[in-house]
Amino acid sequence: MTLLTPLLIASFYGIIIWVNIGQSGSVEQQNIVLVDPSGVFSERIVSPDNIRFIPQKSYSIEDLIYADSIDAVITVAQNYTIDKPLTLNYKSMGSLSVNSNASIKDAFGTVIRDQKLSTMGIEQGAIDSLRSSVEISQVKVDENGDTKTSNAMINSGVGMILSMMIYFFIFLYGVQVMKGVIEEKTNRIVELIVSTVKPFQLMMGKVIGIALVGLTQLTIWIVLSGILMAIIGVIVGINFMDINELKNAAQNPDLSGMKLEDLELLTALQSLPYAKLFLSFLFYFVGGYLFYGALFAAIGSAVDNETDTQQFMLPITMPLVFSIAISFSLISGDPHGTLATWMSMIPLTSPIVMMVRMPFEPDLWQVLLSMLILILSIIGVTWMAGKIYRTGILMYGKKPTYKELAKWLFYKN
Amino acid sequence: MEIIQVKEVSKFYANHTALNNVSFDVPKGKIFGLLGPNGAGKTSLIRIINQITAPDQGEILFNGQLLTKEHIKQIGYLPEERGLYKKMSVYDQLMYFARLRGMNRTDAHQRIHNWLEKFEATTWKKKKIEELSKGMQQKIQFIVTVMHNPDFIILDEPFTGFDPKNTQLIKDEILNLKANGASIMLSTHRMENVEAICDNVVLLNKAKVVTQGSVMDVRNSLKDNTFSLTYTGQLDPTQIAHIEVKNLAQRQTDATLLFSYTGKPDIQLFNDPRINITEYREVIPSMQDVFLTLTDNSSDE
Repeated sequence: MTLLTPLLIASFYGIIIWVNIGQSGSVEQQNIVLVDPSGVFSERIVSPDNIRFIPQKSYSIEDLIYADSIDAVITVAQNYTIDKPLTLNYKSMGSLSVNSNASIKDAFGTVIRDQKLSTMGIEQGAIDSLRSSVEISQVKVDENGDTKTSNAMINSGVGMILSMMIYFFIFLYGVQVMKGVIEEKTNRIVELIVSTVKPFQLMMGKVIGIALVGLTQLTIWIVLSGILMAIIGVIVGINFMDINELKNAAQNPDLSGMKLEDLELLTALQSLPYAKLFLSFLFYFVGGYLFYGALFAAIGSAVDNETDTQQFMLPITMPLVFSIAISFSLISGDPHGTLATWMSMIPLTSPIVMMVRMPFEPDLWQVLLSMLILILSIIGVTWMAGKIYRTGILMYGKKPTYKELAKWLFYKN
Repeated sequence: MEIIQVKEVSKFYANHTALNNVSFDVPKGKIFGLLGPNGAGKTSLIRIINQITAPDQGEILFNGQLLTKEHIKQIGYLPEERGLYKKMSVYDQLMYFARLRGMNRTDAHQRIHNWLEKFEATTWKKKKIEELSKGMQQKIQFIVTVMHNPDFIILDEPFTGFDPKNTQLIKDEILNLKANGASIMLSTHRMENVEAICDNVVLLNKAKVVTQGSVMDVRNSLKDNTFSLTYTGQLDPTQIAHIEVKNLAQRQTDATLLFSYTGKPDIQLFNDPRINITEYREVIPSMQDVFLTLTDNSSDE
């Protein structure tokens, strides 16, 4: 399972990303019969990538039902003229997808706009030149005036993957700590162990031991993905790790057989601040786990069985789930905004939120402050957890309330 | 000599008193019964001896010295709920606990081997605990307890979960440990076992010591002048002078009369030609009786 689990998780996310990004280009084409007695559209409409318009004089409902080659029928009112609002009548066996909806509106809207422009006396050539394609090629400038390519999509993608890994690590191994504590408590192993070691030592041993398991896991992930990259590199014929080779490939797109935009993505990928990313990832990976691991250990010690953990799990999992939920929209949408900055300081959310921000290179003082706060919080939380743990592991029978947990903090030995 | 001296120990929790000024001695080289209903304070006391918690008042002496962490290595403890890691192998488990109790790797390895052999369990070495039957798990737990040759062994309900054959095995092993000089503290609710193997007992009820001493003394202290006479033949007990009949159990061939004397014993009774006496003895309360008499059943839990 050590090897399989990360591969499973990686492929799980791979599939999600592939479906979201990769799939969009190769969606199955829809065949739509266009019945346009007004004659405004049938001559002029341009089929978008995912739709093929087939102009016909009329249609029969049987064709729509029995012919596999027809997915839908769109009819335009006979008395339609371009100065009226357009209502399309869409008949289909299935429902209209969001993508098709947008494409159809766009295709018809373009025809109407072009028509209107030409009635205003604007030439066809001028109309064509109005159609614009906009792409943003970002260049990031640092304090020394050096520039490098930056790509918002790549940045949020990298932040997303790294913060996801931290999220999973905290949950997977935090819960493992909690289960371990519950096991030792319910079968009274603690009573054998606690007579020889201090409860705090036992708790820290568990938290650190499982952290080492997690780091081993991480190493395996890194080695595996390194191997995967190398294999892909061999297949594509490029060494991803060599920036010069990539630049050469970018200058001679014909040689590599790759599209220019793909190479742009690769160069953006290359220009990420890898050393910073790696160090901060390692820090938040371990720090986030230590912070939550202590909390999970305290919960485990306070209850008698796993079903009782729900009540205590909720308040500590909420910030985690919340930060991962808004990471992809709010945080990477505005990586240097107020919300992002504050959430990357609060230790409950900082391991995930700061990691999402890292590829966007926030100010160094913010990163250092966030790290310092996390370190201090780890010490504080561990102290608290130790107190709760010490009392909790020897208490059986009833589920404590928050008030009692607070009291345990101040119990003497 | 005493291995453990409990001196005026009290332990208070937020809303109840677990131990209230408890004192008793555990003699060396004997089997000592720690008795009492649930909630009497046995677990609290065991935890204090194991130094899992500290007493609020009083002190514990080990071999005449104040109990310290140093003594942990000389104590073996078998908890009531069996504490083993379910997914760990038998050998790893034994090694882990042996090391915790301060044994070095080579010694521990040797001991583990010897004990597994003794319990005919060498083939389980690589098995995980969860793959073993309940009785086998108990044996492993027992080995964990005694592996480091402790001078003082605390056994909390050691017989639960064993079939009669294994119960005997464990009983023999306990006596064996005693013969080798170990002192044993046995906490159990099975009074027949107490009578069978304990030398001394202390009985706790509601955080206090109710009685203590040798098993025979404790039982004798509750004698209530009851005698038992088993005989064959016909007899009308109501006609006998100076006795009060408590019970007469008439069987097909013989009868048992339970009675107490109200005056000078009537010697005529034993010479009565109509009956043939097969047994006459004073009734000594069993530990079961002692337990039930001295601890009222209204105690909580």
